[in-house]
Amino acid sequence: MSDDATSSSAPWEVMNENIEMISGGIPWGRRMGFRFTRIEKGHVWGLQPWKERLVGDPDTGVIHGGVLTAFLDNLCGTAASSALPKPRFVATLDLRLDYMRPADKGRDIIGEAECYHVTRNICFTRAWAYHESRDKMIATAAGAFAINKPRSVDSMRTM
Amino acid sequence: MADDLETAGQTRADEVRAFIARTPLAQEMGLKCEVMGDEMTMIMPYQEKLIGNFMIKAIHGGAIGAFLELTSQAQVFLVTEHLPRPPRPINLTIDYLRQGHAKDLYARAEITKMGRRMCSVRAEAWQDERSKPVTTLMAHFMVSGD
Repeated sequence: MSDDATSSSAPWEVMNENIEMISGGIPWGRRMGFRFTRIEKGHVWGLQPWKERLVGDPDTGVIHGGVLTAFLDNLCGTAASSALPKPRFVATLDLRLDYMRPADKGRDIIGEAECYHVTRNICFTRAWAYHESRDKMIATAAGAFAINKPRSVDSMRTM
Repeated sequence: MADDLETAGQTRADEVRAFIARTPLAQEMGLKCEVMGDEMTMIMPYQEKLIGNFMIKAIHGGAIGAFLELTSQAQVFLVTEHLPRPPRPINLTIDYLRQGHAKDLYARAEITKMGRRMCSVRAEAWQDERSKPVTTLMAHFMVSGD
C-alpha cells in the first residue's frame, strides 16, 4: 500500500478491486474457506462456507463458535481499514461476540460489518452473521480497532 | 479413597482429551492439553496456516479467540461430571493485548462461576511469559442440555 497523497482512488476502492487478493492474503482465513464478497467505504460483506474441519460438535455438525469469531474479526478489521481516507493497517483491540443461534450444518454463513465511527486512533465496528437475512441472526459482534501509524513492512517485521 | 479420587481425576482428564480428539476444529488447530488434577494447560503448536497477517507473521486473532474458546470448553469438561454436550457459548469478549508471534501458544481457563444452566469463564493465552498475556477472554456458556 502506498501513502501517495496524489493517488486518486480511496483505500476502499483499491481494496474492492483487489478483493480476491485480500481474501487470499490471510492464511487462516484461506484455511477456513473465508472470502470477502464486497467492499465499500466502511462496509464489507463476506462468506464463510461450512466445512467438516471447522465443526465444534461432531454430534450436530454445527460449526464452532471460534470460526465465527475469526470470520467477524476479518470483516470488522476490513470494514475499519475501508473507512479510512489513507491506507492503514488496523489491529484488533477487543472483540465482543453474541451467539444467537447455531449455524445450520452444511450451509454458507453470510456476514457483514460496518465501521460506524472513526477517531484519530480508533475505529469502532459492528458485524452480523446470518444465513438469509439479518432478521434471523446467528451471531453479532462489536469490535474496536487501533489504527497503526504508517511504517515500512521491514520495521513491522521486528515488532 | 485415594484410589477413587485418582480414578475420578483420570476420568475427567480422559473426558477432556476425548473432547479435543473428537472436535474437528481442535484437531484442525492441532491442540494438545496437559492435565494436572483440576488444572489444565492447552497448547496450540505453531503452524503456518494459523497466520493472520503474513507480512508481520502474526497468528490470526480469530484463531487465538477460537483457541481460548476451546480451552474454556475443555476446562468446563474438566470440572463438570458427565457433560452430555460441549458447553455452548452465549457471548464472549476478547482483549487483544499483544501480538501473537509465530510460535507456540499456551492457555489456561478458570471457571469464575459454575451455575446449573450457565457458567462464567475467564481464560488467557501467553507465549514466552505467563505474566505477559497475548490475549484474554471472558465468556458465558450454557452447560445444561436444553
